[in-house]
This record gives sequence, C-alpha cells and structure tokens, in this order.
Amino acid sequence: MGETSSLIQIKGIRDGLLITLTGAAWPDLVKVFIENIENRSAFFQGGRVALDVGPQELRVADLSSLRDQLSERGVALWAVLSESTLTERTAQNLGLATRISKPRLVEVPQVAEPQPADAAKWVKGPLRSGGRIDYPGNVVVLGDVNSGAEIVAEGSVIVWGRLRGVVHAGAKGDENAVVCALDFAPTQLRIAGEIAVSPKKQGKSQPEVARLQDGHLTAEPWHELTGR
Amino acid sequence: MTAKVITVASGKGGVGKTTTVANIAVALAARGQKVTCIDGDIGLRNLDVVLGLENRIVYDLVDVIEGRCRLRQAMIRDKRLSELYLIPAAQTRDKTAVSPSDMVRLCDELRTEVDWIIIDSPAGIERGFKNAVAAADRVLVMTNPEVSAVRDADRVIGLLEADGKGPASLIINRLNPTMVKRGDMLSVEDVLDLLAIDLIGIVPEDENVIVASNKGQPLALDDKSKAGQAFQHIARRLLGEKVPFQDFNTPNVFQRLLGRK
Repeated sequence: MGETSSLIQIKGIRDGLLITLTGAAWPDLVKVFIENIENRSAFFQGGRVALDVGPQELRVADLSSLRDQLSERGVALWAVLSESTLTERTAQNLGLATRISKPRLVEVPQVAEPQPADAAKWVKGPLRSGGRIDYPGNVVVLGDVNSGAEIVAEGSVIVWGRLRGVVHAGAKGDENAVVCALDFAPTQLRIAGEIAVSPKKQGKSQPEVARLQDGHLTAEPWHELTGR
Repeated sequence: MTAKVITVASGKGGVGKTTTVANIAVALAARGQKVTCIDGDIGLRNLDVVLGLENRIVYDLVDVIEGRCRLRQAMIRDKRLSELYLIPAAQTRDKTAVSPSDMVRLCDELRTEVDWIIIDSPAGIERGFKNAVAAADRVLVMTNPEVSAVRDADRVIGLLEADGKGPASLIINRLNPTMVKRGDMLSVEDVLDLLAIDLIGIVPEDENVIVASNKGQPLALDDKSKAGQAFQHIARRLLGEKVPFQDFNTPNVFQRLLGRK
C-alpha cells in the first residue's frame, strides 16, 4: 500500500490507516492530503486515520480545521503522533490519541506474508509421535523430535536434540533451506522437492547438517563443515 | 474417603494393560486398600476374565450410566479379597455408549466410597481412550521394550500432555533381560531416554502371567513370581513408598560358572 508522493505516506495498520506527513509546510501538506483523499474517496471513505506529523508544531486551530475537513469527507481522525510536545498537547486537548500500539508490528504487509528468512517458530520438545509443526518460516526445536512426529517448514529446521521423525524443510520450494540436529537420524528427510531416507547409522551419533547440493540431499557432520 | 483415579493406557494393544490393572488392583487390595477397577474396554471386555469374575456379572458399566441399576449393584466383589470390586464393561455395546463426562460423573460418585479407582483403557486413542482418561488423576502409560509399542506410548504421552493431564508415569512390561544383554531388545534406559517420563515399574517377562490370567488368579498374590513382585512394587510406589527397582541383570548360575557377567 505504498504512496508515490514524497510528502505523504500511507500504511495500513490494525486500527485503520497511518498517514505520515513530512517534508513541507503544514498548509501544503494538508492540501496534498485532502487532494489525495478526494482523488481516492472510495479508498478513504469511512476510514480511521492516525497522523504522523514528525516535528511539526501544530496548534488547536491547525488540527481542528484538518479534523473538520477530514470528517466532511467521511474520514475519522483518531490519533496524532508527533515528536513535538506542543503538537502532542494540542492533540490531547482535542481528545485525540498520541500513541498507537506498536505500529511496526501490525503493518499489513508483514502480517500477510511472514518472511521465511527471519521468522522462526520456537518449539519446546520433545515433539512426540503424532505431533506436527507446520510453519511458514524456520522452526527451532529445543529437545528431541521422536519418530512419528512431523515438521513441515517453509524455511530451515534446527533440532537441538535427537531428530528421529520426518522433516520437510523449504516446503514451498526454498532450496537453500537446511536441516540440522545434534543427533541426526530422521525417518525421512525432505528439502524443497528432494526426498531422502537416512542411511543406517554406524558408530557414534554426531551433529549434522543436511542441505541441497546440485539437486542432491547431503548430510555432513557439523565439525567437518566448520573445520573444528 | 477420596479415591485416587488411576488409568492404565498404552495406545498399542496387547502390551499387558488388563493384566497390569488386575495385578495392581489385587496388590493394593491385599494391602488393605479399598479398590474398584473399571473395565473401559466396552465391547471387548477382558478384565473380568483375568480377575476370574466373569460368571458373576449381572450389571455392567453401561447399565449404570444409562440408569438401569445403581452403582453398587454393578460392583462385583472379588472372591478372594473383600475390598476389591470390579465394574465390568458391557460386551454387547460399543465405546459410543459412554462419554467422557459420564466417566467423570461415575468416578465422582465412586470417589467417596473407595481408596482407589483403577481404569483399564482400551487400545487406541479414540473414544474409548478418551473415556478412560477423562476422570484420571494419574495415568500410567504402559509399553513393551519394542519399537512399535514405544512409539504408541509416545503418542499417548503427547495426547495426555496436550490435554493438560499432568505427567504420566511409565510401566515397562515384558522385559527380557537376556535379550537386552544380547542387544536384541530395547533396554530400560533406551525406552526412558526416548519417552522422557518417570518410571513407576519394570515387569520382567514371565510365562506364569499367561497361566495366571487363564486361571483368573492374578500373579500379584504369588510372592515367588518375579512379575508378581514387580506388580506389588508398583502398588507400593503408588502408595508413596520408595521401592528400589529390581535389577534383572544378575547373572544366572550358568553364566557365573562361565565367568561371564
């Protein structure tokens, strides 16, 4: 939901829209904002708006006139965010909120598509037989993953414990996904579209990392990868 | 009196739930406790046979729940121990005849009359299992030292955890020390390592168990039987005693002569 004009930025938040108005004198900003609303009245109609005005110092007359103009166009102003204490006080006098709860966390684009690269689900083990974790990101398990358990992750899977169950990493096709475990013996392993059964183990178990190399699933001991 | 409700469950069939329920109940009753066991395996009842009470059944669990008799009328008194009762399962109905809330109601009514209520869960994780664990204060999960039974026990433990049923305790049944020594059977440590719950009993494999259950005379009354002793130990642990686990790895005479450990 980006906006091309540099003076005005529009973001969807949980409580409606967050409008950032910066980089010009207040009357000009108001003019641009109102034009924007009139051009896209269907989008704004009935909306709730929070304003971020940066360091602008605004008095009661400024904000109340904007609020009137907005309400004439069917838009409700409920909050004004500012770095200026004067503006904050003005907003409070008009009965407007000066804080919105964690706007960054509820930005619409983030909620809609969690990024496999940075999101991880934390699971306290053991994950027992019949247990299933399905997550559009990375999965970290503290404890064992017993046989009969299943993890399907769009990102990578890390098991701090014994891995005995079935793991599918990169479930939506991410070929860079990896699977690692302290004791690596999954019933079956899948990364992206590749599938493998782990060979019968001989000797001591050790931490291993599985990844796709030239389209083949390979598992290597961790100490060989790190050279330790 | 406020009874403790104990359910014995396993997921997999044939691991020895019914035998264990009968033996723990007998061992508790032999120690002066007032015990009622309930057969939760509606449609496939067995507990009456193992206790040797099949010919005394008039009313059953479903009769109580559907109001055809009073609770007292369905409680069959044991022929050896006057403080041991059985509420048998209905043989001509199925698991849907009882709901989890029926079981909770029934156990609440029974709680004031006895010290222990021991419920035999059917195999599986469906309705019958849910009925059997609904009223439980404590669940004893049974397994044999073999991979398929351990996996089912793992599943059951997971379901109990998800249900907030509190920590289950483990009984390992049919342990064969010779096979463990040969590396042909999972050891107690292997099983505990995998399931990660507290152990309450290890019962060694014992042919007499089959003989006893065919006769309807639970082994726990027989002090010479190793399995019988193991069941008595479980009963004592339930009563809060600290009983050390038996060591089944003592070499027999033959092995000692050969100088093996």
